[in-house]
Parts: sequence; C-alpha cells; structure tokens
Amino acid sequence: MNKARHNPINTAAMHGALILYTLIALFPVFVILINSFKSRRAIFREPLALPNADSFSMIGYETVMKQGDFFLYFQNSMIVTVASLFFILLFGAMAAYALSEYQFKGNLVMGLYLALGIMIPIRIGTVAILEMMVATGLVNTLWALILVYTAQGLPLAVFILSEFMRQVSDDLKNAGRIDGLSEYTIFFRLVLPLVRPAMATVAVFNMIPIWNDLWFPLILAPAEETKTLTLGSQVFIGQFVTDWNAVLSALSMAILPVLILYVIFSRQLIRGITSGAVK
Amino acid sequence: MTALTLTNVNKSFGEVHVLKDISLEVEEGEFVVFVGPSGCGKSTLLRVIAGLEDASSGEINIDGQTVNLVPPSKRGIAMVFQSYALYPHLNVRGNMTLALKQEKQSKAVIEERVATASRMLNLEDYLDRYPSELSGGQRQRVAIGRAIVREPKLFLFDEPLSNLDAALRMNTRIEIANLHRALDASMIYVTHDQTEAMTLADKIVVLRDGRVEQIGTPMELYNNPANQFVAGFLGSPSMNFLPEGLLGEGQNTIGIRPEDLFLADDGPLTARVSHVEKLGGDTNVIAKVNDHSVTARLFGQHAISEGEELRFAYTADKAYRFDTNGQRLR
Ligand SMILES: Nc1ncnc2c1ncn2[C@@H]1O[C@H](COP(=O)(O)OP(=O)(O)OP(=O)(O)O)[C@@H](O)[C@H]1O
Ligand SMILES: [Mg+2]
Repeated sequence: MNKARHNPINTAAMHGALILYTLIALFPVFVILINSFKSRRAIFREPLALPNADSFSMIGYETVMKQGDFFLYFQNSMIVTVASLFFILLFGAMAAYALSEYQFKGNLVMGLYLALGIMIPIRIGTVAILEMMVATGLVNTLWALILVYTAQGLPLAVFILSEFMRQVSDDLKNAGRIDGLSEYTIFFRLVLPLVRPAMATVAVFNMIPIWNDLWFPLILAPAEETKTLTLGSQVFIGQFVTDWNAVLSALSMAILPVLILYVIFSRQLIRGITSGAVK
Repeated sequence: MTALTLTNVNKSFGEVHVLKDISLEVEEGEFVVFVGPSGCGKSTLLRVIAGLEDASSGEINIDGQTVNLVPPSKRGIAMVFQSYALYPHLNVRGNMTLALKQEKQSKAVIEERVATASRMLNLEDYLDRYPSELSGGQRQRVAIGRAIVREPKLFLFDEPLSNLDAALRMNTRIEIANLHRALDASMIYVTHDQTEAMTLADKIVVLRDGRVEQIGTPMELYNNPANQFVAGFLGSPSMNFLPEGLLGEGQNTIGIRPEDLFLADDGPLTARVSHVEKLGGDTNVIAKVNDHSVTARLFGQHAISEGEELRFAYTADKAYRFDTNGQRLR
C-alpha cells in the first residue's frame, strides 16, 4: 500500500467502521456458536454468557449425531450446492458468451427471454415442477434439486456474465482465432479467466439461498437418504417443543461448509493477472 | 507473384455499408500502408483480409489462393493489434509459442523461432515475464514477436504504435522498417499518422468512407494527388485550399502546399498574420486571406509577428486545381 496516499486518521476511521460492521455481522453467528455448547437451562438463563465449567454441555451435538444420519444430510447439501453452482456457472457462462459474442437472429429476444426469469420466482411453478419430477421419476433424488436450482440460478447468471463478457477485448479473442485456437479454447482459456470476478460474484449470490433452501428439499426430495441439512435440522423444531441444543448445534455445523466455499470464491474476486493484457 | 489481391470487396453490417467495392493488390515483399480518417473502414478491411469478418461480396486472394472460406489461422497471416491483445495468463514465451504449438510444430523449430524473434526484438531478457510486468513498448514488441514466429506470408498491423509515446513511436517505427527489410515479408499497415505512412510505405492506399481514393507511392500521392481529399490528407501542415475567385476568375479550388508559398513584395496573396509557429528550422505562418486561413511554411527563422500584413507568391506549376466536386483538373 502506498503510504503517501493514506493519512492515519482516515485509515483508523476506515478500519473502525469495518470492524464495527464485522462485529455486528458476526454477532448472531457468535451467539449460535456459544449457545450450542451450553446446556438447555444455561441457554435460557444467560443467552449471552460464554459456556463455563457449569454450563458446558455437548448434549446438542450428541443428539444431532444420534438422531438421523447427519453426515449423509451434510453430504447431500454439499453435493446439491456444489453441483448446482457448477452447472449454473458452466451453462450461464456459455449462454452469456453466445449472447455477447455471436450476432445471430433473435439474439436480443433470446437475451430478454433468459433474463425474464430474474423477475419470476421459480416457486410459482412448484406444482408443475413436482408433476414433472414425478413423471420423470426424479422425485426423491438429488438430481431433482440440482436441476431446479440450476434453473433458478441461470437467469441472473446469464444476465451478469453477458454484461461482463461484452467487456472482454475483441482483439484478444481475435488474436486467439488468428493463432488457431478453437472457439471452445477461446472461451475456456481466454474469456473465462478474465470474467472470473463476475463468476465468483454469481457463485456467492447463488450459494447461500441454495444451501439454506427448505422449500424444494421438502417437496421434491424429503426421503431420508436425500434429505439436505436444512431439512434434516427441522426434526428438532416441533410445533410444541423445540430441541434448542440440537438446533443450535446443527446450525453451527451447517455454517462451516458455506464459510469454506465462500472463502474459495471470494479469493477469486481479487483480480490478479488480468491487468496488462490489453491497454 | 502477388501476396494479396482484393477484388470488389464489399462489407456491410446490416444496413451499414462499410467497405465499398475495394480492389487492390499487394506485391510480394511490399510494405503497404492504409491511411484514412477515423471510421473510414481501415480496421474493418484488415479484419476482412484476416478472416475475422466475412466479406459480404468480392474475392480475397492470398498468395495465389482464394481464401474467402479459409479460417484466419490457415490464411498464412499474422496480425498485430492496436491494443496488443497479449494473452494475460501466458508469459512472453508462452504468448509467442501458442500459435506454433497449435500448428503442432516440433520443439526444435519452436525453440529456434522464438530465439530468432526475441533476438531481433531485444526480448531475450523478458521471456519469462507476464504481460502485466512489461512496459507498453515491450508489450508491443511481444505482440510483434508473436506475429514474427509464425513466419506468415502477410503481416497485418492495425495502428500498432498509437498507444506509444512520441519517442518510443519513432524508435519502433524504425524497428518495423528494419524488420521489413530483414524479413522481406509483405506487410499491410494501418495508421492515421501520416509520418508513419510516408516514411514506411512502398505504397499507400488512401481510404475514405469505405472507398479507395487513390493508390500509389508516397511521392506519387504527394506530388500527384487525384483529388482534393488526398491532397489535403497527405502533407503536414496540410495543403491550402483557396477559391479561384480570390485570385482571378472561376469556380474551382486552387491548392497550394504550405512550403510552396514564399514571401514576395508583389505577390498576389495579401494576408494578415494570425499566428506564428517558430520551429527553429522552419517557421509556420498562419495567416488570413480575406476569410480564408492560409498556412505558409518558410524555411529558416523569420522575424514575423502577429497582425503583420504579408504578401505571398507561388509558382504556377506548384498549384493544383480541383473542380467543385474535388476532382483534380490538369
Ligand atoms: N460490428 C460492427 N457493426 C456495425 N458497424 C460497424 C462494426 N464494426 C465497425 N463498424 C462501422 O464501420 C465503420 C468503420 O469502422 P473501422 O473500425 O473499420 O474504422 P477505422 O477506419 O479503423 O477507424 P479508426 O481509425 O478510428 O480505427 C465505422 O463507421 C463503424 O461504426
Ligand atoms: Mg481502426
């Protein structure tokens, strides 16, 4: 960082604001985490206290481990999220490239049609989707969820990515064509790396709602072996009694993988080698 | 043998007719420069030759072969772009070798061509650097190197120097001239800098609005422009155009180059000086004859100041006459 351009007061103020924001954002997570290690009575008596020798209890985690196959739920959630993101990014980027790079009849109409999905919530079509999944025999498979989430994420992905792909220098693509690269190589090797920040943005936008979704797992894949983590945690929330220890423990464990995915994607947000390609 | 022949090439983008009936030839080993004002279709013409755009009609022939349906990489051309267009994820060596690897050349050949090209362009010390770690001039040299290693029949340069500063531009211009001599290859070079055009070209093609205005050697175009546009476009400062009525009778336009005007006490042009540029070797006098601005380029240093009244003369055989449509009258 350049010292000459930063005076200490500005730096302090900036860091102060950022730290404050971080604290506010992390507070709920922190409360969930500490309470997941406390006995039920301690949770209600002093929700904000740290677990101490008296109140410390792993009962929540024990319940979670005993009841239901939590590692399977975990795995299901992970598979659904990662696969959906993969397909959203792959197909979204390909569609966006076609729309931004090639002039064909109906290009604009196609773009508008694909973007329309941004405004129409996919849940409106739940009944039709369910009928379709029943007809194709995909109910109670992870594919049902992956397909639905991919469809749900594509409109925004195409919209954002095509905007970014329009900005990739034509000269660079043309240089590739003259050097004999195929259109696929140009797409995967030249264009995709340059829109990586946009891809990461799309991934982060899509990841959290998919991970947290309860609606579609409940409707399309409620079977024991296809339950996602969010759905699996619901067994602890009853109409009359809620096992708070278990809920908090399950939530604590659910945070971890999203956090890891987020770190991976946000790394990509940092532009590295892109500068200097074209002036 | 001709390196490139264009026959009645047209290009339209939808309704917009960008290239109109362009026919020209590039001889083997020739350095041809396309000049013309911004938006006249120079880059489009180059892209059509390269195969990056399809011609709407007409024939493109490279080295005796009709290439209308041949993809860019198989046309035997290499192109250097204004924006360098280096691959950001590859280092200099990778940038230069990509096309050769794509052609499945042997390791030894690749190695040798990169060595030759980087020696020519003084890039030996930078082979392992990435484009983002190079200066503008170095990037431009890498872009040229990437073209050289392919040993194309025809080089295409699209304003390769316009991103460089004046000093570097002059050096690189000389380098390109040397390169042309060393490689003995045919080159097409697009620019709107007329110094580049005049100094580099064996042949200049002047374009306007997608049409070829005139083709010829730099001196032919300078001494013998076919029309008012070409006359005004080449030469700096550019040619003075005065209505014939100012000097006698008639509707035509008289064109006189600034260096052909000289001071004479009994000259036919009486002008009031509005601005003087003293360049040391030359003095440019910008003056008004009635409402018409006239530039005179006087050799040496002159004590002329603004507001002064001067009389200029010219020799009749140095004056060009153009009709009302801008066509040359002889
Ligand atoms: N893809 C396109 N679609 C529509 N019109 C285009 C397209 N590409 C170029 N044009 C038009 O064609 C004309 C010529 O463009 P071109 O880029 O060849 O100009 P140029 O002579 O290279 O100009 P400059 O000196 O500014 O680079 C311009 O009027 C431009 O608007
Ligand atoms: Mg251009």
